[in-house]
Amino acid sequence: MSALEVKNVTFSYDDQSTVLQNVNITLNKGELVSLLGVSGGGKTTLFNVIAGLYKPQQGQVLLNGEDITGQTGKVSYMLQKDMLLPYRTVEDNVALPLILRGAKKKEARKTVGEYFAQFGIDGTQKKYPAELSGGMRQRAALLRTYMFSGSVALLDEPFSALDTLTKSEMHRWYLDVMDNIKLSTLFITHDIDEAILLSDRIYLLGGGSIAGEIVIAEPKPRRKDFNLTEEFLHYKRQIVSKIQ
Amino acid sequence: MNEKLRSTINKILPPVVALLLVFGLWVYICSSGAVPKFLLPSPADVWNAFCEDWQLMLRHARVTLTETFIGLALGIVTGFLMAVVMDRFSIVKKMIYPLIIISQTIPTVAIAPLLVLWLGYQMLPKIVLIILIVFFPIAISLLEGFASVDKDTVNLMRSMGANRLQIFRYVKVPSALGHFFSSLKISVSYAVVGAVLAEWLGGTEGLGCYMTRVRKAFSYDKMFAVIILISVISLLLIWLTGFLQKRFMPWEKVNKRS
Repeated sequence: MSALEVKNVTFSYDDQSTVLQNVNITLNKGELVSLLGVSGGGKTTLFNVIAGLYKPQQGQVLLNGEDITGQTGKVSYMLQKDMLLPYRTVEDNVALPLILRGAKKKEARKTVGEYFAQFGIDGTQKKYPAELSGGMRQRAALLRTYMFSGSVALLDEPFSALDTLTKSEMHRWYLDVMDNIKLSTLFITHDIDEAILLSDRIYLLGGGSIAGEIVIAEPKPRRKDFNLTEEFLHYKRQIVSKIQ
Repeated sequence: MNEKLRSTINKILPPVVALLLVFGLWVYICSSGAVPKFLLPSPADVWNAFCEDWQLMLRHARVTLTETFIGLALGIVTGFLMAVVMDRFSIVKKMIYPLIIISQTIPTVAIAPLLVLWLGYQMLPKIVLIILIVFFPIAISLLEGFASVDKDTVNLMRSMGANRLQIFRYVKVPSALGHFFSSLKISVSYAVVGAVLAEWLGGTEGLGCYMTRVRKAFSYDKMFAVIILISVISLLLIWLTGFLQKRFMPWEKVNKRS
């Protein structure tokens, strides 16, 4: 059984032109699958449907086989902006999903505290988000996302607001951390390189429907110089040709 | 440390100099004899008047402060509840927002005697007047604060399964705290003035009442002393508000720095 399945989802805002047309996506356990497409192609809308914020006119969202269409609080969601609350310390931000579920503040802090080192943000617990660099904030946001998720995370362009150097550092970090964590992840990006580097599979989303699927066969953990190899370029050519 | 000292001096020096200039002008006018002494008492006269009457003044001040604090507390609660209801139900906002604005266009000086007439000479009319003065800035600023919340943050909270109450508690209230404290700073000084005004118009205790008595006795030195006392009380309350703001919003300092 797949971790997440999107079945024949069709969605439009208030009878306007259709934003999502019969979209089918599967995400297997432990996989990282990217949705690649131009801005305005319906990627974020699809995430909002999966997260339960929007209810589709047609179709279903299944989490581990269970129908969660239109239900919030089932899959975790991370946006391009880190969305850390400026008035909570980093640890209280990260602990928020647990507190929302009814955990005591002290216990929640203790639970999340065990992950700070693994996510490379040890020592930031008592700081406020404004004291952290962009990359560190994204890590904290990712840890919060992880603390929330039972099994599936939706990441909406999590690294796109970072500068190029920080971004590639975050890619390496992400591959390392995710190898240990085994979080099933749906990943939105409009960066082809990022998609190839991180994904097991890539869905090409255009005009509100799936235009193609590409499997990246390169095993994980990936070589440090994978993005400089001929195979990488081969994948890139494949994607570019399909997009055009 | 040296740097810090310098920045403190830079901050404090200009207002202190301005204050000293005003004070100097006051002393000069009095000593030059341009204005008769009974119209403008000199600083020394005011100080003597205060020394003579300070026990009585403080007793009246206690009454005024009690009214101020009760009125403030109830005004804040009223303002908060109004803001919450208006934020939650937009129809309520549409209905009562104009009424609130209209209520604020009625001069306080006009309401105060009516309140005294309706509610008597005790504390009640004073407290009601302060509530009327205070709830408005509090309600409006909180409403603005609640509305200033980032939509994406609310969506993120919802995606985490947060209910309305949790979003209110973890997002809306902390986001509105800054707005709340700014308006509270204004409200505290208005509250003191409101209390004094209401006492002035009718009552047996309080600084306003004391003022009417010394005015009738033509003791302008005591009048000046009590005016300064009221200013000092207001300033202390504003400072206290600032102190509380720092206590309740420790992240402000960090966010300002970066």
